[in-house]
Amino acid sequence: MNSEQILPVSHRDLAARRGASPWRMLARFRRYRRACMSFAIFLGIWQLGTTGKSWLGHPIPILCQAPSPGAVLAAWGQLVLEPAYWQSWYLSFTRVALGFLAAASVGIPFGLMIAISPLFRGMIFPVFELLRPIPPLAWVPASIIFWPTQELSIDFVIFLGAFYTIVINVVGGAANIDARLIQAARSMGGSRWNIFRRLVLPGVIPSICVGLETGIGITWEVVVAAEMISGGGAGGSGGASGGLGFFIWNSYIGGSYPDIVVGMISIGIAGYLSSAAMRFAASKATPWLRER
Amino acid sequence: MIELRNIHKSYGVGRFATTIIDDCSFVLERNKFNVIIGPSGVGKSTLIRLIAGFEKPTRGEILIDGRQVTGPDHNRLVVFQESALFPWMTTQENIHYGPSARGERRGDIAAKADLLLEKVGLRAAARRYPAQLSGGMQRRAELARALINNPEIMILDEPFRGLDAMTRKLMLDYYARLSEDSPRTNLFVTTDIDEAIFLADRLFVMTYRPMKVRAVIDVDLPRPRSLNTVFDDDHANALKMEALSLLHEEAMKAFTSGSKAAADFIEAYRKRIATA
Repeated sequence: MNSEQILPVSHRDLAARRGASPWRMLARFRRYRRACMSFAIFLGIWQLGTTGKSWLGHPIPILCQAPSPGAVLAAWGQLVLEPAYWQSWYLSFTRVALGFLAAASVGIPFGLMIAISPLFRGMIFPVFELLRPIPPLAWVPASIIFWPTQELSIDFVIFLGAFYTIVINVVGGAANIDARLIQAARSMGGSRWNIFRRLVLPGVIPSICVGLETGIGITWEVVVAAEMISGGGAGGSGGASGGLGFFIWNSYIGGSYPDIVVGMISIGIAGYLSSAAMRFAASKATPWLRER
Repeated sequence: MIELRNIHKSYGVGRFATTIIDDCSFVLERNKFNVIIGPSGVGKSTLIRLIAGFEKPTRGEILIDGRQVTGPDHNRLVVFQESALFPWMTTQENIHYGPSARGERRGDIAAKADLLLEKVGLRAAARRYPAQLSGGMQRRAELARALINNPEIMILDEPFRGLDAMTRKLMLDYYARLSEDSPRTNLFVTTDIDEAIFLADRLFVMTYRPMKVRAVIDVDLPRPRSLNTVFDDDHANALKMEALSLLHEEAMKAFTSGSKAAADFIEAYRKRIATA
C-alpha cells in the first residue's frame, strides 16, 4: 500500500519533502517563495526607514540612524575581498565549534548520569542548579583569570553557554521516557545495560537533538559578547582578526557604521547555518520521527 | 495456575492512604481465558501491575504454580492499553527484542519472528516504525512482540481500547482465533461486556473501590464463537444481563463517589434495559 494515498491533504507537504514527486517541487517552490517575500518586505521597510528618516514629523526609531541597505551592501562588497573579514569568520567558527563540541561531549554523558543514577543526581544536581542561572558572560572575568590563554577563556565561556542547555534537555528527555516501555523490556528479560542501550539511549536522542540545536544558537550569542569583552583574541588587536564579535566592536570604535551591520548580518547567517546543520543531523539521527 | 491470596494494595501513607484493592482473592486456572470486568477507575490496571510483578502488594501474596511473584518475568507478559511498542525500533526489531535481550541465537529468532510476522499479517510492515503503522497494525505488532516469548500467561490490559469499532471487532475475532489455536492462560481486562462475553471462559466481575471479586460467571458458550452469537444467542444474553446488573450496582457506587466514567456506564445501561 502506498502511504501517500492514505495521507490527508494537510500532510502532503510533509510527505512531499521526501518523495521525488511533483508535490516535492511545488512544496519547495512555496517555501522559497514565502522566504523571498519575507526578505523583500524586510529590506523594503529598512530602505524606506533609512531614506525617509521621519514619518508624520516624528523620527523613525533605530532606522533613521541606521545605514541604508545599499550602503551596507557596498561595504560588504568591499569586505568580502579582504582576507581579514574571512579570518573573522574562521576564528568565530572554530571557537564555536570547539566550545560546542566540548559542551556536547561533556554534557550528554553528564546529563545521562544525572538521569539514571539517583546517587549522582543527589550529589551533583543541587550544585548544577546553583551554577546554572549564572550567565556565561558573568564568567568572563573569572575565565580570563583561570585559563592560561585568552583563546581558552573564550572557548570556556562558549562551552558554558551550550553546556547547561544540553544537560537540562538530556535529563528532561530521559525522565519523559514512557515507564511502560521500560516495564515491557524488563518483563521480556532485558538486563539493566540492555535497557539503557536499547531504550534509554535512543529515547533521549530527540531531546539531545533539541539540546544541541538550542545550544548551538546560544554559542553564537555568547561568542560575540566574549570576543567583544576579551578584546580581539588570538590575533591581537590588529583590525578584524579577532572574530566576528570583535569585528563589530572594532567597526564601532572606528566609526564605520555600515560595517557594524555587515558584522551583525554575518553572525545571523553563521547562526542560521549552524542551526540548519544541526537540524539536518538531528533528522538523520531520529529516522523514526522523520518518516511518518 | 495463578492464585491471589488476600491481596491488599494502597498508595500513600497514614491518613492520606488510598486503598485500591482490599482482601482480593481468586484463582485463575491454567489454559483458561479469564476476563476481568469492572467500571473504569476501580483499580483493574493496578491489579495487572501486581500480577505482572511491576509493583508489590501492600499485603497478601500472588502465587504462580505455588511460587511467589517477586518481579516481572518473560513467562508473564503484559500487552498494555494503547501502544507500548518501542518507537525507535522497526516492527521487526520490536518483535526480536525479547529473545535477543535474553541472548537467544540470531538465526532462531529470525525464523520465529518471520513465522509470527506472517501469522499477524505484518510481513510487509516489518521494516516500518510503529508511528507508520495503523492502530490495528500496532496492536498486532505488540501481540507478536509478546507471543514470540511464548509466555505461559498473557495479560492484556484493555488492549483494544482506542481502536475504531470496525478494527476492534476484527482484532477481537483475530485474538479469539489465535488463542483457540494455541491455548494458554489469558488474563484479559476490559470494560466492555460484549467483548467480555465473547472472549471469556470465566468472567470476573469486580467491585468498586476497594476492589475485590464480586462474582465469577462461567461463560460456557461453545467455541469457536462468533461475535454474532454474543448478540443473538439467548444464553449469551442471559449471562450478559447477569453481569450487567452486577456491574450496574458497582457503577452506581462509583457514580455516587464521583466517577465520571461511571456516569456514562449508567446511561448506557439504562438504554440497554429500555431496548431489551
